[in-house]
This record gives sequence, C-alpha cells and structure tokens, in this order.
Amino acid sequence: MPEPIKLTTPLSDADVEALRAGDAVLLSGIIYTGRDAAHKRLIELLEAGEELPIDVRGQVIYYCGPTPAPPGRPLGSAGPTTSYRMDAYTPQLTALGLKGSIGKGPRSDEVKQALIEHKAVYLGAIGGAGALLARTVTSAEVVAYEDLGPEAIRRLEVVEFPAHVAYDCHGGDVYAR
Amino acid sequence: MRDIDCGQITETVARLCQEANWDLGEDVVGALRKAHEEEPNERAKGIIHALLENAEIARNERIPACQDTGYLVAFVKLGQEAHVTGGSLTDAINEGVRQGYADGFLRKSVLNDPLERTNTGDNTPAVIHVEVVPGDQLEITVAPKGGGSENMSSVKMLTPAVGREGVIEYVVGEVSEAQGKPCPPVIVGVGIGGTFEKCAWLAKHALLRDVGQPSDDPDTAELERELLERINALDIGPMGMGGRTTALAVHVERHPCHIASLPAAVNIQCHSARHKSAVL
Repeated sequence: MPEPIKLTTPLSDADVEALRAGDAVLLSGIIYTGRDAAHKRLIELLEAGEELPIDVRGQVIYYCGPTPAPPGRPLGSAGPTTSYRMDAYTPQLTALGLKGSIGKGPRSDEVKQALIEHKAVYLGAIGGAGALLARTVTSAEVVAYEDLGPEAIRRLEVVEFPAHVAYDCHGGDVYAR
Repeated sequence: MRDIDCGQITETVARLCQEANWDLGEDVVGALRKAHEEEPNERAKGIIHALLENAEIARNERIPACQDTGYLVAFVKLGQEAHVTGGSLTDAINEGVRQGYADGFLRKSVLNDPLERTNTGDNTPAVIHVEVVPGDQLEITVAPKGGGSENMSSVKMLTPAVGREGVIEYVVGEVSEAQGKPCPPVIVGVGIGGTFEKCAWLAKHALLRDVGQPSDDPDTAELERELLERINALDIGPMGMGGRTTALAVHVERHPCHIASLPAAVNIQCHSARHKSAVL
C-alpha cells in the first residue's frame, strides 16, 4: 500500500484535486463536527438568509457525535456516523465553499455532483473505531448548538486523523463495483 | 418465592451498560482476528487491524469502542418463582441505564419522540423485552444497539411460494443494499416465521448468540453457512470499501408461522456487537 497523503485544513482546490478515490489520507488541523440536527439548523439559517455560526469556506465537517469527555481527555469516543442522512444538506454547504466531509458509507448522486462542481472531497473514516480515532483529537470545544448535546457543533483539532478518499472531485467512488 | 431487590437490578444494569460498551466480547474479537488472517484485500485487512486495535484501546482505557453507545435493549428472563421487590422492574432497569450512561461517560442517543426530537438527556427509556420462564432467578441481557446498523434493518412478509430461496434472496438483498452504511463487517440477525412482530424479535434475539456460534438446528446452521457465503461474495467488505469480510456471521432463528405467511426479518448488527448478561 502506498504511504498515506498528509493533508492540513483548510483545504485548497489544489489539495482536493490531487486526491483520488481509494487514497489513504492523514488529516490534520481544525475540523468541525456536525450531524443530523445541526445540519438541519444550518440549512434553516441559510434559507432564512442568516449567517452561519461557522464559516464553512475551506473547511471539513466530520459527521460525528462523540461520547462525553471523561476527566483528563478532550472528548470520549469519536468515530463517524453514516453520511447519507446528511445528503439533503451537503450540496448547499459545498456550494458555499465547504471543502470536505468525513463520514461512512455511500451517498447520493447529488452529493457526488456537488463535489465535482465545487471541487470538494468526501472522506470515509472507520466506523466503530471511535476509541482509536479519538486519539488523534488534541482539543475539542462546542462552538454552536450546545443544547443538542452529542449533536452540537464542535471544533476539533486533529493530528493525522486517518481516512480514505471515498468520493474525489473527479467522479471517483471507492464504493463502486 | 425468592425476592430480588430493584436496587440490585439497577446496579447490575448500570454495570452491564458500561462493560458492554468498553469491552467487546471475545467472540467478536476472535471473529475479527480470524477475518484479519483470511482477508486477501489489503485495504480491508488494514481496516480490520484498526478495529482490533480499537477494541484493545477501549478495553484498556475504559472508553466506548464506538461513540454510538446505543439505544439500550434489555432482554429479561424472569423466573415465575421470583418476586421483584422495592419498586417496578421497568423503573429499576431505566434507572440502571440512567446511572450507567452518566457515570460511564456514554453518549445519550435517545430522543423523547420521533417527530418532536428532543434528547431525553439520560439515554432512557430502554426497550425492554420480558419473558417469564420457570425458576426463581432473573437473567438480564443488555444489548446497546447502534442507530446506523438498526437503520439498515427490515421486516418483509414474503409469500410462502418463494420458499427457502426467496428468504435467501431477501436477506442477501438487504445486506447488498445496505453496502457500507451499517459499518461492515456486520453480524446479520435473521428471523424467519412467527408473526410480523415476532419475526422482528427473532432477528434481534439471534444477535445475542456468540458471534459465529451456529444454530443448534442442523438445517438452520446449514442455512446460516449458505447465507454467510453468499453475503461474503458481495465484495462490500469492511466499511464498504471492498473485500471479502462483509459479514462475520449470520444467525438465524425460526418459529412456527401461519399457513398464509412466510415472514422474514433482517436485523443488521455492526461489528460493535455488544451484549452482556448477568443472573440475579
């Protein structure tokens, strides 16, 4: 297997264009957690013409609802949730400049097309490896929707978070058979 | 009659919730090790290796193997000569869930209502299945169930004409359609027969068996082998990224059914196949 590609957020067009479905990557920098309920709120804000609580340009959203942080840790277990539930929201955020999402499992053609059109990437992380993946998180803080508990938007700092390119911006799809 | 105190039930449930989430059973770990040895696809092998490493970290550091610490399903076998004292059995179990999830830093994933959707904040209520059996003991099994794999599950009222092959096609079709969404490698719980709700219960109950332990019934065990072979020929693989290891096991339970019916149910379980039991 070739060496993983090291990426640092925020991602540029060039970063994304270099990636191909199936590539192993190690992602470092800031990423934001967000899942079903948080996405619904973000899109409601957009539809009301209001500003989002985070600037998504160049950023990566991690579909993750971590377990609470035990004493002495930035957070508990933190693996990906299934991505297709966010498909309804992803094209709009991608059009605003979101460069990547991390989750698990295949997604809609609309998402695939949005990634091609706006040069963005979808990364697949290892579902059920929350204890292992949490080791890459060096800090975590809630930045929006604290009332959503595990579904709040958190700003995570990660070092070499492992994932595979699931959908690249050229139409490549690791799940295709 | 033998008295069993609610406080003891609460304490036991709290402990089992935590152990289930921190400590993947040796059955699951053993099945992953075997899959790691046999998997020819390099990426798939790497993912299974990461899952084994993950299980070890979770066990040693007492943090959940998966962040989805589940909707707590409790299977209770209540001896008809046992007498629950000091409160209600349901309340005792829910209090155990409340304490176990709070003290164990487990995620609270339960909403008050499917449409209103506010988090209850303590992972209650649990889903509780009680069976009254002979004896004076109370056996309780907790099985925290993740949402991702539960979402890929279904019940289908097949026509008797489709027979065994129709059941196989349905089960393999459900796993095929789920692809990488339910966190493969999965364990596939299958119910065949009963009524609509009994069949779903059978599929879930089948997941309580140790991973890979065949059915006691030789014909059902043969069906399990055939299903596993067909599923592992789909090339879905770990996380849906290709490979042979799509399922670690298929567990089937059968039950008598109506002359007009052939109910079948598939309950998909991710590789975080968690269940812990205690007898009081």
